[in-house]
Amino acid sequence: MAKMTLEELRKLRNQKKDELDKRDTEGKDVHIIIGMGTCGIAAGAKDSLDAFLDEIEKNKIDNVTVKQTGCMGLCYVEPTVEVKVPEMPDTIYGNVDAETARNIVREHVLGKKLVSEHVFDRPSKDIVKE
Amino acid sequence: MHASVCDFIIDCVQNSIEANAEEILLFLYESTDDFSIKIIDNGAGMTDEEVQNAVDPFYTDGSKHKERKVGLGIPFMIQSVEQVSGKWAINSKKGRGTELSFNFPLNNIDTPPIGDISGMLLQVLMFDGDFELKFDRVLVRDSSELKYTISRLELKEVLGDLNSADSLILAKQYLRSQEEDLIEGDS
Repeated sequence: MAKMTLEELRKLRNQKKDELDKRDTEGKDVHIIIGMGTCGIAAGAKDSLDAFLDEIEKNKIDNVTVKQTGCMGLCYVEPTVEVKVPEMPDTIYGNVDAETARNIVREHVLGKKLVSEHVFDRPSKDIVKE
Repeated sequence: MHASVCDFIIDCVQNSIEANAEEILLFLYESTDDFSIKIIDNGAGMTDEEVQNAVDPFYTDGSKHKERKVGLGIPFMIQSVEQVSGKWAINSKKGRGTELSFNFPLNNIDTPPIGDISGMLLQVLMFDGDFELKFDRVLVRDSSELKYTISRLELKEVLGDLNSADSLILAKQYLRSQEEDLIEGDS
């Protein structure tokens, strides 16, 4: 890839903004919060972040906020990720490697279905399918 | 213990952010046999006693993790650096800011891999807050010097919110292209 200048970056940004303005995205905010403390990083949270961004781009999903947080006290199931999607229960997923990150985008964010085997907190037991 | 040099850098930059720095300067200076890191911030700064506490793994002021009895960011860095005969220094003035520098000799077999520099940078740019982070990356080979600079506020001005996935995807491409250009220039 050739070295990108700030002006080229600005152009890309504006292109993307024009595309976004044509879509109806109101009230569809998705929040993905990745545990990127030492425990998260050690377990591969950076790969999960890359996979989330890549899958969001591939599926052209708008209004997604991606943030990082520190250790959530679930070090044994890092990388952990909290996912907030309208009309879905706020969910904390554990053992989110790159492939699981992609599944979360496809199934939870787009398909509105929990990725049950990775749910570690939040929705009550009767929501999660065994 | 961290797997890569970049992981130590993230911890140390996060310290600057948590010390409420408005401006952080991050220098990475790489030659064939040395990788040097310098982080200068205008955050809260520390007294000599507080610096002593910061290098003690069994000290924490408890403000970040209430139940935790250790503070391992800087001690981990020191341990790894000293294991490979690198050097480290902390110069801090209370109320003025802190300057932290450390280096890893690249010809020591126990030096951790440098890691993913553009990924590290993306992560530190993503931290919450309005702080400026100026990043200087220099790669020295023989007599030539390859470099690029990044400014967080400049990126924010172009991309807007650095936590929107759209911005992060573009930022990632941008950072990667800077690093790839540097490496290509080296080959």
